[in-house]
Amino acid sequence: MSLIQVRDIHKVFGRKADKAVEMLKEGQDRESVEAATGTTPAVIDASFDVERGEIFVVMGLSGSGKSTLVRCLNLIHRPTSGQVVIDGIDIGTLSPAELRALRSEKISMVFQHFGLFPHRTVLDNAMWGLEVRQVPMNERRTRALEALRLVGLDGWEDSYPGELSGGMQQRVGLARALATDADILLMDEAFSALDPLIRSEMQEQLVNLQQELQKTIVFITHDLNEAMYLGDRIAMMKDGRIVQIGTAEEILQDPANDYVEAFVQDVDRSRVLTASAVMEEPIATILRREGPKAALKHMRERQITALFVVDPNRRLIGAALDDDVIAAVRSGSGKLDDILHYDVLTVSPDTPLVDLLIPAAESRLPLAVVEDGRLVGVIPRVTLLAALGGSHRDAMEDQNAAVATATPSTGVE
Amino acid sequence: MNLQDVRIPIGDWVDAMVDWLTINLVWMFDGISDILGSLIDALETALQFPPALVTIAVLALIALFARNWKFSLFTALSFGLIVTMGQWEAAMSTLALVLVASILAVLLGVPLGIIAARNQAFSALLRPVLDFMQTMPSFVYLIPAIIFFGIGKVPGVVATIVFSMPPGARLTELGLRQVDAEVVEAGEAFGASPAKILTRVQIPLALPTIMAGINQVIMLALSMVVIAGIVGAGGLGAEVFRGVTRLNVGLGFEGGLSVVILAVFLDRVTGAFGSKASSRTSK
Repeated sequence: MSLIQVRDIHKVFGRKADKAVEMLKEGQDRESVEAATGTTPAVIDASFDVERGEIFVVMGLSGSGKSTLVRCLNLIHRPTSGQVVIDGIDIGTLSPAELRALRSEKISMVFQHFGLFPHRTVLDNAMWGLEVRQVPMNERRTRALEALRLVGLDGWEDSYPGELSGGMQQRVGLARALATDADILLMDEAFSALDPLIRSEMQEQLVNLQQELQKTIVFITHDLNEAMYLGDRIAMMKDGRIVQIGTAEEILQDPANDYVEAFVQDVDRSRVLTASAVMEEPIATILRREGPKAALKHMRERQITALFVVDPNRRLIGAALDDDVIAAVRSGSGKLDDILHYDVLTVSPDTPLVDLLIPAAESRLPLAVVEDGRLVGVIPRVTLLAALGGSHRDAMEDQNAAVATATPSTGVE
Repeated sequence: MNLQDVRIPIGDWVDAMVDWLTINLVWMFDGISDILGSLIDALETALQFPPALVTIAVLALIALFARNWKFSLFTALSFGLIVTMGQWEAAMSTLALVLVASILAVLLGVPLGIIAARNQAFSALLRPVLDFMQTMPSFVYLIPAIIFFGIGKVPGVVATIVFSMPPGARLTELGLRQVDAEVVEAGEAFGASPAKILTRVQIPLALPTIMAGINQVIMLALSMVVIAGIVGAGGLGAEVFRGVTRLNVGLGFEGGLSVVILAVFLDRVTGAFGSKASSRTSK
């Protein structure tokens, strides 16, 4: 079962909130409901699940309701309708004391402007969650110090937040959230207030921490690159509604509507997309035992100039080029081994496209995508260029169908 | 019909209400009178009983603790001046009245401000009441105070509390409302109870503003206590009033100067505590 289950939640601000939800459920649009009831629908009909250990990013522009949505997950905002189920418990049914216990034990939060207590030291800030839970002083200290060490702030425990830089302040915020050892981390635009350089540093740190800690993270951001970098899955929000949920690749390759499409246009695809997303079926392959004559036949039939040579388990052995094959056939050699090129450039499926450019430029062959020694796909240069240019899967597939046989050969002079 | 002929007898109504209160709640006013009276007497004795030099030394120490040696020296010299002007007893009596009235005004005003900061409806209700209390000419409070509590120090203190309380409530509300919403949310998000958020987060962060309010309360209390000298509250107010009725400029000036010295001392000391509170939070 998913750790967090969000079911049809609406959050409407204003006196006639219930009436507004009713109208929204009847299918009226946000503007007319706003006009008719004088309310502000911030979140409309949001449903999603977050799996244990996942980084789930909610992405949207300001006013899209994303910050309200994340506050519904720990009931800082109580949804006007709908359910939030955490670890099997509908948190809307909890008593105030139970809710406080849930917040101090299961869910912690990191804030955009850090939300630190300026009158308390870094250590006292980090201890807050434990202090609230009345953990004994010794343990409080040990755990807070451990959390500060995790985020790289050891030695700063007696400073005040005002004495630290923005990046360091947010580390305190992160340490405060980690100290309670909650399973769920809500991060509301946690890095948005930081300088670009510090921001990417923090993003990397979060990814590293996540590998170690395996928290369930709901991360709010308005920065698509950040969303794509951090998110295992991304929910795109617009005007209070979730318009698409999917992995970064799914959203880039197959935007649900024009809004998402327009949005993802500016994304640096080369960093988000990986080899596995753009690679194609390896067609130009031949088994090693088939020999030069068979190779020549393949090349002629498919009008290509090179073949990847594999063993029966599709393990990549090398590549054969047309001139070598013709020479071998003339000399009457029965084996491919003598003419194989073993220096084929291979990449792994999770290599980002940006790291494929130089190999692609240097290689005469399409890039071979290899996983555990097996050839799982090839990336001809044209495919790489098309992917960077932002053509969608559909367009690319049409294109591929048209030039199916020609494409693999474009990598070869 | 001419509007001037219409007479809405608000004055009569207020008279009737005051009459009713005096008859029916006499036990309550007597109780308040007893408690306040003994509080004032105790504090007055504490300030007047020791030799003036001892009291001055204590005040100078407070000044040193609150600010620095310069202010401490100023305090010692200026209070010494009060002694040499023969105003010492009156000044200590006034100081006692001011302290009792301000402490009670703060004890009433700050909680009102806290409630107002948390409850919009209460805030909307409280605001015009505070406006009324602050703008009504201060002398007017003395009339019912005398009726309820008779002549003396108690009505003076009661009128002073009413007059000086508003800034305490107002600035407490303002200070609490100005605390960064995200910081309060951070308190909430980690499961803190509302009481804990109030005492550990909101009040510490609002303290500079609350202290500014308390400073205002004390200053207003001092000005009102002097006025209350007219109705027999004694102290410097009585000295100044005597100066006025006898057209004795010298006496009036000596009393007035003593008031100024008290005011400077109280303002600087409370102001110093306010800025101490803010030095941490503004970082």
